Amino acid sequence: MKERAALIDRTSRNDFVTYGMVIAAFVIVQILSSMGVLTNQLQGLLVPLCVYAIMAVSLNLVVGILGELSIGHAGFMCVGAFVSALFSNQVGGGMPSLLRFIIAILLGGIFAGIFGFLIGVPVLRLNGDYLAIVTLAFGEIIKNIINAVYIGIDGRGLHASLTSANKLVDAGTGVILINGPQGITGTPRDSSFLIGILLLLVSLVIALNLTHSRDGRAIMSIRDNHIAAESVGINITKYKLTAFTLSAVIAGFAGALYAHNLATLTATSARFGYNMSIMFLVFVVLGGIGNFRGGIIAAVLLTLIPELLRFLSNYRMLIYAIILIVMMLISWNPASRAFMEKHRLGGHLFKKKNTAGKEGE
Amino acid sequence: MVTFIENLINGLSMGSIYAIIAIGYTMVYGIAKMLNFAHGDIIMVGSYAAFIMISTLGVPVPLGILGSVIICLCLGIMIEKIAYKPLRNAGSPLAVLITAIGVSYFLQNGAMLVFGSNTKSFTSVIPASIQTMQIGPFQIKGIAVVSILTSLILVGILQTFIGRTRPGQAMLACSQDRAAASLMGISVNNTITLTFAIGSAMAAIAGVLMCSYSPALTPTTGAMPGIKAFTAAVFGGIGSIPGAMVGGLVLGIIEQLSKYYISQQVSDAIVFGVLIIILLVKPTGLFGKVIQEKV
Amino acid sequence: MALLEVNHLAIQFGGLRAVDDFDLTIEKGELYGLIGPNGAGKTTVFNLLTGEYKPNEGIIKLDGENITGKSPIEINKAGIARTFQNIRLFKQLTVLDNVKVGLHNHYRYSTAASILRLPSYYRVEKEMNEKAYELLKVFHLDRDADTTLASNLPYGAQRKLEIARAMATGPKLLLLDEPAAGMNPNETQELMDTISLIRKDFGMTILLIEHDMKLVSGICEKLTVLNFGRILTQGITKDVLADPEVIKAYLGDD
Repeated sequence: MKERAALIDRTSRNDFVTYGMVIAAFVIVQILSSMGVLTNQLQGLLVPLCVYAIMAVSLNLVVGILGELSIGHAGFMCVGAFVSALFSNQVGGGMPSLLRFIIAILLGGIFAGIFGFLIGVPVLRLNGDYLAIVTLAFGEIIKNIINAVYIGIDGRGLHASLTSANKLVDAGTGVILINGPQGITGTPRDSSFLIGILLLLVSLVIALNLTHSRDGRAIMSIRDNHIAAESVGINITKYKLTAFTLSAVIAGFAGALYAHNLATLTATSARFGYNMSIMFLVFVVLGGIGNFRGGIIAAVLLTLIPELLRFLSNYRMLIYAIILIVMMLISWNPASRAFMEKHRLGGHLFKKKNTAGKEGE
Repeated sequence: MVTFIENLINGLSMGSIYAIIAIGYTMVYGIAKMLNFAHGDIIMVGSYAAFIMISTLGVPVPLGILGSVIICLCLGIMIEKIAYKPLRNAGSPLAVLITAIGVSYFLQNGAMLVFGSNTKSFTSVIPASIQTMQIGPFQIKGIAVVSILTSLILVGILQTFIGRTRPGQAMLACSQDRAAASLMGISVNNTITLTFAIGSAMAAIAGVLMCSYSPALTPTTGAMPGIKAFTAAVFGGIGSIPGAMVGGLVLGIIEQLSKYYISQQVSDAIVFGVLIIILLVKPTGLFGKVIQEKV
Repeated sequence: MALLEVNHLAIQFGGLRAVDDFDLTIEKGELYGLIGPNGAGKTTVFNLLTGEYKPNEGIIKLDGENITGKSPIEINKAGIARTFQNIRLFKQLTVLDNVKVGLHNHYRYSTAASILRLPSYYRVEKEMNEKAYELLKVFHLDRDADTTLASNLPYGAQRKLEIARAMATGPKLLLLDEPAAGMNPNETQELMDTISLIRKDFGMTILLIEHDMKLVSGICEKLTVLNFGRILTQGITKDVLADPEVIKAYLGDD
């Protein structure tokens, strides 16, 4: 009996270290902030840091736990951002701002989840690099269409166009909701560091509790050996979809947080393009595939490094690229890994917890 | 009808540039089993190299192109040796994928430092006399003809190289079974290096053609064509050279037609949409082999 | 009524009939051996029985229920579990979790209950742990089962864990694909003891593919000999092994 109680305790203990780390980071930032040490630039980074950390959690669910590669997660974030911003803009002052924001986040998550499910049904039977390219394609399509669409509302209902906002709605009563490449303006700035941290904790609870459950074991069994999983009666499609949809929901949360931190929300490549999806993937791989804590640390470090390198002015992004390559070489090269293990170097950041499924057997 | 055929030819011409890039992607994938995300940025480096030599230094066009090819070839080999080779046995294909992304950042930001972020206007390598040609009722750009011919010649050379020469056969062997190839005495390392060299040289040619087609040159010029060529390679069945060729051409045509007849803004969405439909119908692409997992 | 009834089973790959006109009847509680030279189609028979391959012809009935052409998942739920020739464990999961994946369809709580850690989560997880440890004890794999990754087990233990995982799905019929492959004599002996044990304790019906003739003659009651995808002979072990045809085809010239 003792060992069984210990099992639940052990995984929970490890999870609580992760939650504790997030809370400690929050407290430290609050203290630094009250001491006036944080520059405006860093203050401005706090919410984006939470967004990226949440995206790292979201993508880790697909890459680390399900063992499939997705390069389209910025697309789900984009859906969450636009749905939540539309909602907040429509409600405006008609609701207390906190309640409005909570509903906006939930809506962002739900709609992103619906997209994840709808995309997942056809594509999850592809695997490996084919799945990766299809998710990339979906991410680009979502971004591209939102960037091109004009949506307006008036007494006669919703209207959409792909060409222009002209005459889309009745003059007087009509409002343009999404103004093509100009996107959505005037979203209330509801996001704060506190809400960002809380949302990160919620995302972590979803991801970690799922991982340590019956569903999570089924998902990981598919990652480790899908033929064996089928042979013990695991419904592959169902559990792939569960992981993919929940991951999209979490990405939608991140999108909502992101949207309510911006005066103007546009679906540009810099915000929701494949480059962003790739950046999230970098967080996950560098943090240790399947290691949620490591992914969050990597997200924070890789977002802060360019800021900390500001004194290098023009050279900073170049140095950043070099740091990324060197970190990958050190943490993944078989020889250097053996060296680190022998000398007990490298913390959690460099520890590879799980490998994503692709290696052939 | 005349506009349709002109559009078709423009699509074919952009498509043949995609095809040249896609072949580089597909060869590297087939042999090194990695997605070289930096491939698109090698196109950019090739374009800048040609631009500097031809427009700034006044080197004759053929020499400028040759120089650009040599620079990219060396760059490709260096990248492979420094950034990819140490991770070849890392156990996860994701590790080397992320490193490739790092290399892509490096090349883009390096170009930003050296050449600045403002757009350079590339002078077409096509002589002014054949910039546009009137063939019957059709007005055709010289670059369109040159691109299509170049891609056909390159594919011909490559197919002969792979089918008829020892290094080419070694490449084929490595793409099928690396371990078995090395047991047969083939140097896998050299073969992979050779593949990167060829792929990068082709990227340089693609860069010159692309910038002659649309002259705006910036440090991120290669990124989107790189991604599109990658989708073209997947579309044709990744690892297959004829597949990459067909994939590139089809992608170019779809893109051009949807730009002209549907909407400039959503043409990318349409291109990617077609890719998704093809993959859902044929999960390993047009020419991809289905590998049945042995139980 | 027999537990497993297979009639006229056949499958064709391209022009090759890998298995042809295959009949098999296994009574409840029997330990049945499927033997034959390499490439005779033994594993193909397993893949047909478990739904990995769909047969071109023939009928498979388990406990009277027609399971021909069903998916591996449905067939597992109907009551056939298997192990694999090349071990297929969930390598990054613990020994305990491997067995708990096997228990998956017998214990239920909702996704919401797992995310919100509702009481049903704790209750069912506890039940699953108890059941899993009960099984692991039979195979002497219970020590540190919750901290040891399956990939870190020694080879013989990995084979046993695969059997334990298959047993966890609560099968009526257990298919073992070369359970003794790659084992040393001690490990093989231990495996034979384990197989006898699960027959005794669980009343399990077992069909096994094996090359180790000592194991086959030692524990199997009946044998079917396959050669070139066709049945050479079948019957009581002693008779089959004495059949000159079998000696010629299978034991060859040594």
